[in-house]
Amino acid sequence: MIQVLLEERCVKCNLCVNICPTNVFEKRKGEVPVISRQDDCQTCYMCELYCPVDALYVAPNADEAVEISEQELLTTGLVGSYRTNMGWQKGQKPVAAQDPAYKFYLPSGV
Amino acid sequence: MEVSFHFLWEFEFKKVKTILNDEKGMDKMAFNHSEKLINQIYDVSFKADVLVIGGGPAGAWAALSAKKNGATVILVDKGYCGTSGATAPSGNGVWYIPPDKEKREEAMRSREALGGFLSERKWMKRVLEQTYESVNQLAEWGYPFPVDENGVVHKRSLQGPEYMRLMRRKLVKSKVKILDHSPALELLYDSNGVAGAAGVNTQTGETWSVQASSIVIASGGCAFLSKALGCNVLTGDGYLLASEAGAEFSGMEFSNAYAITPKFSSITKTAFYQWASFTYEDGTIIEGAGSHKGRSIIAKTLQKGKKVFAQLDKAKDNPELQKWMRIAQPNFFLQFDRMGINPFEDRFEVTLRLEGTVRGTGGIRIIDETCATSVPGLFAAGDATTRELICGGFTGGGSYNAAWAISSGYWSGEAAAKYALSFNRNNLDRTLSRKQVIGINEQRTSHNGLDANEVIRHVQAEVMPFDINLFRTEEKLSSSLQRLHSIWHEAKTSLKENKGNIVRVREAAAMLATSRWMYTAALERKETRGMHKRLDFPKIDENQQHRLITSGLDEIKVTADTHNFQTV
Repeated sequence: MIQVLLEERCVKCNLCVNICPTNVFEKRKGEVPVISRQDDCQTCYMCELYCPVDALYVAPNADEAVEISEQELLTTGLVGSYRTNMGWQKGQKPVAAQDPAYKFYLPSGV
Repeated sequence: MEVSFHFLWEFEFKKVKTILNDEKGMDKMAFNHSEKLINQIYDVSFKADVLVIGGGPAGAWAALSAKKNGATVILVDKGYCGTSGATAPSGNGVWYIPPDKEKREEAMRSREALGGFLSERKWMKRVLEQTYESVNQLAEWGYPFPVDENGVVHKRSLQGPEYMRLMRRKLVKSKVKILDHSPALELLYDSNGVAGAAGVNTQTGETWSVQASSIVIASGGCAFLSKALGCNVLTGDGYLLASEAGAEFSGMEFSNAYAITPKFSSITKTAFYQWASFTYEDGTIIEGAGSHKGRSIIAKTLQKGKKVFAQLDKAKDNPELQKWMRIAQPNFFLQFDRMGINPFEDRFEVTLRLEGTVRGTGGIRIIDETCATSVPGLFAAGDATTRELICGGFTGGGSYNAAWAISSGYWSGEAAAKYALSFNRNNLDRTLSRKQVIGINEQRTSHNGLDANEVIRHVQAEVMPFDINLFRTEEKLSSSLQRLHSIWHEAKTSLKENKGNIVRVREAAAMLATSRWMYTAALERKETRGMHKRLDFPKIDENQQHRLITSGLDEIKVTADTHNFQTV
């Protein structure tokens, strides 16, 4: 579930509000958005992927909220890791161009 | 009575309008949307030739195809076109086979027995052809397909986020109007039949209507809010809309797909479990358990209340393979990295999450090659429709669904455009009317309404347990169905909006209806075929090699579709 929104990183672009398929975030005038419907989160990680400044962290736990402190989180190096792994960070190329699925698990096209 | 009620409502409406204008906060959601929908008061209204409901791959292809055929198009998505649905967050194989006679022959042949011989060669052929053409088009549009050291481009896999971001860009560029966060809650009708839809915008709280000459339903299947990856927007909404318009379903008994996932997680991606061994808590191997053929054994073990663990130990000593796996499906590893689990070295607890009809094959019945439903002007595409045509009663893999979304999207969009442009609707009476539908109706009951979340919990309790849905018997299915029918009959009059939850209300109704079509069909198929397993009829019965057509809302009817399949 979406767990952390790092307010000091957030640039208030509200992209997460726009792109969340289950409408978890709420826009606020002049302020950073808030996670207002955490229970509706389907743990699809799309908000993290779209966040241009790595201000969001989705915990992998789908059924329950698991508290994690911002400080603790920042030491893990996990914030923004999905975006990096997909090649969506600024200056990166999409990793889809290196997708090796054809080499090993889709050999016969299934 | 009616007059005074109406008067009161008008008054309330004005009052709420003021609130809407004054405060841009949560209060706007507190308004009763169903009253506005019943009275056809729409804050915003649009017109187009074609309305596409759903913005996953099928809807996106349908919209582009309709546009290409000269229609004006509006696409509405319950979430956000580009991130919504099962495809966007996933790595997807695609049933993409070059036009090599032998390879295509093998691709078709390999599916037929698995699907219980309910697929058709005619459809498989045209899906293979269309998918080949459309995926090549994706390359032209700039999808970054991998190129190997010999310069060969490989197009059998699509990374969901990349694919759907590209599709959205194409839609915007093609001037398809996209309404995000705009679930369609009901269809609208005019003198000629289906004529649009109405719904709410979940972010602005506004009601909307779209007037259109034809409609494509591409809203996906139904996974019953199980949190399977990307599936919580897939609650069978389009089934309900189609059924209310009079459409039929096919293959609803093939609706019991479950996917392996780490117990804590939403990542229902199963491809990599081919390198897994499955163990009991004490570390001993669970004989026969596996991702492909041994999923039932995992289910049986879980059913006994025992924990099941997995470890990708068969890839343990292959660092090169591990590297490839990480690149191919980044989010598969995200879940483990964040839990401090090394899936190659560590055992982790797994479970099965219901994917329902999303990875099942049942859905709206289509009656011809254009992906028309039995309702004139209403077309359907993707997981919202039956995929028996190419898969029979079993998919087991996303690549067929991906190919079907592309192909059926393409055909339905084209046909919807032609239908819309084939007559001048402006010569007809275009006054939009609505039907009374479950959750949005004028019937008032004296007692408190039925809560949508309560209904959903009831439905989940009937469709999730393995002993009802996976390992089926007449006894369990019929008692379950009886309970579901009685909830439906209560819900028909008393399921209603509470604190602005009209979307949840309609989702609850859709899931409830879906569960009843599923179990009605499952009872009727007295044999084991495809993914439909009957413990009381454990064998395939050659006299039941036909599809089952389901229809109706209050009274559900099942008939056998006994036309001859061109299976080989």
